[in-house]
Amino acid sequence: MTPTLKALTAATALALAGGAALAEGELNIYNWGNYTSPEMIEKFEKEFDVTVNLDGYDSNETMLAKVQAGNTGYDIVVPGDYMIKVMIGEGLLAEVKPNEMENFENVDPKWVDVWWDPGRNYSIPYQWGTTSFTVDTAVYDGDINTLALMFDPPEVLKGRINMLNDMNDVINAGLRYLGYGRCNGNEDEMREVLEMLLEAKQHWRTMDYSTIEKLTSGDVDLSQNWNGAAMRARMQRPTLQYAYPKEGFTGWMDNVAVLADAPNMENAKLFINFMMDPENAAMTSNFARYANGIQGSDQYMDEEMLSAPEIVMPADAPAPDFVKPCPQEVVDLYNKVWTRLKQ
Amino acid sequence: MTAATLTQAQIEERRRTRRTRRALLAPALIIIVAISVLPLGITFVYSFLKPGTYGGVIWEFSTDAYVQFLFERDIFDGTLQFNDSYLTIFMRSIGLAFGATVGALILGFPTAYFIATKPREQRNLWLFLITLPFWTNLLIRTYAMLLILRDEGMINLTLMGVGVIEKPLSILYTDTAVFIGLIYTYLPFMVLPLYASLEKLDFRLVEAGYDLYANRWRVLRHIITPVAKPGIIAGCILVFIPGLGAYITPALLGGGKKLMIGNMIAIQFGSSRNWPFGSAAALILMALVVIALLIYARAAGKGARAHG
Repeated sequence: MTPTLKALTAATALALAGGAALAEGELNIYNWGNYTSPEMIEKFEKEFDVTVNLDGYDSNETMLAKVQAGNTGYDIVVPGDYMIKVMIGEGLLAEVKPNEMENFENVDPKWVDVWWDPGRNYSIPYQWGTTSFTVDTAVYDGDINTLALMFDPPEVLKGRINMLNDMNDVINAGLRYLGYGRCNGNEDEMREVLEMLLEAKQHWRTMDYSTIEKLTSGDVDLSQNWNGAAMRARMQRPTLQYAYPKEGFTGWMDNVAVLADAPNMENAKLFINFMMDPENAAMTSNFARYANGIQGSDQYMDEEMLSAPEIVMPADAPAPDFVKPCPQEVVDLYNKVWTRLKQ
Repeated sequence: MTAATLTQAQIEERRRTRRTRRALLAPALIIIVAISVLPLGITFVYSFLKPGTYGGVIWEFSTDAYVQFLFERDIFDGTLQFNDSYLTIFMRSIGLAFGATVGALILGFPTAYFIATKPREQRNLWLFLITLPFWTNLLIRTYAMLLILRDEGMINLTLMGVGVIEKPLSILYTDTAVFIGLIYTYLPFMVLPLYASLEKLDFRLVEAGYDLYANRWRVLRHIITPVAKPGIIAGCILVFIPGLGAYITPALLGGGKKLMIGNMIAIQFGSSRNWPFGSAAALILMALVVIALLIYARAAGKGARAHG
């Protein structure tokens, strides 16, 4: 071995060793796209001397499929409420006991005994919000708090409506409009829902997830929407208003959880505790524009969030409806209705 | 020369060449097997299994996925009955892809002819311009189409500006928009093979045709088209097949109200949690394409023999 080669080998060995040492200080987060505050990540990295790697997904199902395949290398995931229940059932989440952690006292008590993780043994609140719809009040000036605007629209809104391209969101809204129960396996009632949706579909222009863009570009004047997206759209088109329909609307919560096979378990636990700190939760809210379920975070939130009608629900609005996962027969029935609707 | 007259050295030489050839082919073959045949095999196996509750598959043999394509069991009254939902989706996709192919041929043929008749040194510039769109990501190009076609987009603002129309035309989020988007996306795939054939055309033949009192139509039909035929076939295949499975264009420009094959297959692996059906639908699509190609190849082969 020549001296140069020796030196090179030594340097490589050192670099490799250094790499290995660094790997101990890593955390791999798998979260929804465009949903993680860069500022908050930076703070976590500094505070614990950990390198954070971030990857994104676009639906609970995509995330589940990848995690089920195994060996993802991810530590942290942020599943929606029903998906937490599914993943606990499938044994995919680690029981990290957030309820015994130091910052757990900050979690709003109303988000502790939730049906998807009673007592919070696996997960903590990340962001929560509602799925309803946004209307341009300059186009339609009547009462907006009814689902009839989507399913039996007034003349001015016909052909100016975007629905979410989401089986559950559309069918659940339809069930509420007709006054039927969620996770509905009743074939007569579902037939009625299908007929109603087919009738309404003639007046819809699009079925798409990109609600902010559809509203701000003037493609549509009404869109089924999430409250945070509604707020972001209103900033660009001030006449938009978020509806709290009297028939009801969906509530949801995304939760931070640790995967059962997380390679960096200790860092993941640090992160769970970190995310229950009001200041850090507020950073996420200021970025994603949803409420966070951590008490005391208000004082760190942007002024406009505290008064936004999309975030602060009016007193007379119905309580958000958190829809549980449906049994397979119901999913199959929904699939058929959905395919018929979109054929 | 027969094998018996070959010297030992020559035989050895041939064997070596063959071995070299095989060795050189191996990397490509391995890649084809690894990234094309294997996944296809997995898809095939999955299509005969049962769906897992939360995605994935249960290892139990079942032909339900294929039955589901044409029939439905218990949607509203429990009996096995014919269901045209998926067939309708397939037919719509085939119709749109076919329309886009014809459209691309009508636009692409004159373009390719124009380039082929330019002086040799100018042709590269024209070809370069044809391939220019590929420098940009498909998603971004489709978004650009979105901006052009929308109610407050370029076309409508221009038409309203010069007073041709008063209210914006609703082009975006219709089949027309998908059609325009598909033609735009796949036009280069039509022009390039057409150009490759037309470039070989000896234009003295065209002149000879005119000398023999053929009109333009007859020259096009009897001289140019036969020469361009391989290019037309290649171009049509290259536009039709990707057009059939297109995902981004229908999703963005079509507004998502109606499913296309690609989008329908995609949701089977997501919210519908039915991987076997998604696999079966993908294989049925592939089988249809292969059958269409085989029928075409046979017809083309017969035609060629009849001419020859």
